[in-house]
Amino acid sequence: MRIAAGVLRCAALTLLAAFLLRPQSFAPLFAPLTQYGAPPIYDQGNLLALALAHVGTVLVATAASAVVAVALGILVTREQGAEFLPISRAIVNIGQTFPPVAVLALAVPLVGFGEKPTLIALFAYGLLPIFENTMVGLRSCPAAVLEAASGMGMSPRERLFRVEVPLAMPLILEGIRLSTVINVGTATLGSTVAAKGLGEVIIAGLLSNNAAFVLQGGLATGLMAMLLYDAIAMIERRVCRTVRVT
Amino acid sequence: MIAIEHLTKRYGSTTVVDDVSMVIERNSITVIVGTSGSGKSTLLRMVNRLVEPESGRVLIDGRDTAHEPAHLLRRRIGYAIQGHGLFPHRSVAENIATVPHLLGWEPARIRSRVTALLEALQLDPAVFARKYPHQLSGGQQQRVGVARALAAEPEVLLMDEPFGALDPIIRDKAQDDLLDIQRRFATTIVLVTHDIDEAFRLGDRVAVMSAGRLLQYDRPEVLLKHPADTLVARMTGLSDRAMRLLALTTAGEAVVPGASDGPGVASSASLREVLCELIWRGVDSANVVDAAGAPLGRLTIATILAHGRPS
Repeated sequence: MRIAAGVLRCAALTLLAAFLLRPQSFAPLFAPLTQYGAPPIYDQGNLLALALAHVGTVLVATAASAVVAVALGILVTREQGAEFLPISRAIVNIGQTFPPVAVLALAVPLVGFGEKPTLIALFAYGLLPIFENTMVGLRSCPAAVLEAASGMGMSPRERLFRVEVPLAMPLILEGIRLSTVINVGTATLGSTVAAKGLGEVIIAGLLSNNAAFVLQGGLATGLMAMLLYDAIAMIERRVCRTVRVT
Repeated sequence: MIAIEHLTKRYGSTTVVDDVSMVIERNSITVIVGTSGSGKSTLLRMVNRLVEPESGRVLIDGRDTAHEPAHLLRRRIGYAIQGHGLFPHRSVAENIATVPHLLGWEPARIRSRVTALLEALQLDPAVFARKYPHQLSGGQQQRVGVARALAAEPEVLLMDEPFGALDPIIRDKAQDDLLDIQRRFATTIVLVTHDIDEAFRLGDRVAVMSAGRLLQYDRPEVLLKHPADTLVARMTGLSDRAMRLLALTTAGEAVVPGASDGPGVASSASLREVLCELIWRGVDSANVVDAAGAPLGRLTIATILAHGRPS
């Protein structure tokens, strides 16, 4: 089972790398999808550069979401911060329910075209899973463990960083993984406001009625999402190896 | 020495601990016993200020515990609880090292202390130091919890139902170990339990609590012979108090000169155990021998029974 997963992972990585480094060698595969001699492989930009910009945008936005959501999650699970729970919940829920396209439309007049509106949309979209998981993780620390930590003489701060956060870490990472994967897909929308990313390929395909572009943009995005999901899951497993609650 | 002076704690309109005063002697085991809701845990938790008292104060060796930050106070006081509360993400050695680490001990000193404690609690350091709590049995987890509480050589060890989650056989062993540890480290132990047998077995002195009040605080035999009121008498067991009294005295303490043709019994056995042995064998007396097997004298059923009476 593990070997099969490893083989699949390597295959996906090799496929993605091959496609981004030597896209023209895949031309015969996509050629049947084109009409009237249109190019089978996206030729208006470097695919590798677009993919890297895409991942970069996602990682920056998700990192910002993680910092804010984890901080909020910690705040609302403290005794003094409990009153901020309703407002924090409202903020992250709005971030998730407000359509990213609408966020883009609203952000462009404020910050202009390019990466910035996309970063804002992804940041808002990624808050909820991380916030909720942080909160659940911190709240599910066993009462006896917390009591022992305080009883040993840990200050609230020491208890938080030495006991609570490490114990909540598997769930926090899971939230980050969810946000990252969702954002890899959502980031394609950024290309409508001129952010660099694989969305550019899909949109170019839609505009020129070229199914090959749409498909290769979609497949590359999907493969990236899968590989990122896998990579974060690997980190999670490393962390979980020691964090087991019996 | 711990002096508890007029401690009171209220939650809303309920008084959980009601004006309790008591003095806990150094180098002894004091057991606070009571039903659930009697306020015994709250009283214990006011000693290390996990609960802040409404009024009254606690002095440890004459120093008012309210005069230093609570978390610094707690580093000087060992604390072991039911269900052990071990940190699941830390190895056994790291768990035990918690307080020494907080206190900033040298790594070498921490290592040698962890090894010494594991050995004292009969856990082979080579096997257990690197294990994680979930890899241990219930009894081992409990022992690691005690080791962790003792790690920074605390003057006082507080234990809140430490054996509550153990099955009877392991609990028996854990109680023996605790008596052994108390003698070895000369710690002042305050232990909370709802189990009166445990209280009598471990306690040099036993405090009986009910509804937040301290009903009586004395040596176990005084509680049995002269209960302060009917509630104490009921809690300490009216129907079998004679047997409980016999369980508190050892054969070595009750032995009288002379020889018997009955079986040999160890001087460390309780009179209750000796009596059971005599009933079982159908004889009237036993020879008491010391640990080396040398005769000390004898015990007759009549002598034993006399120890089970109030006067």
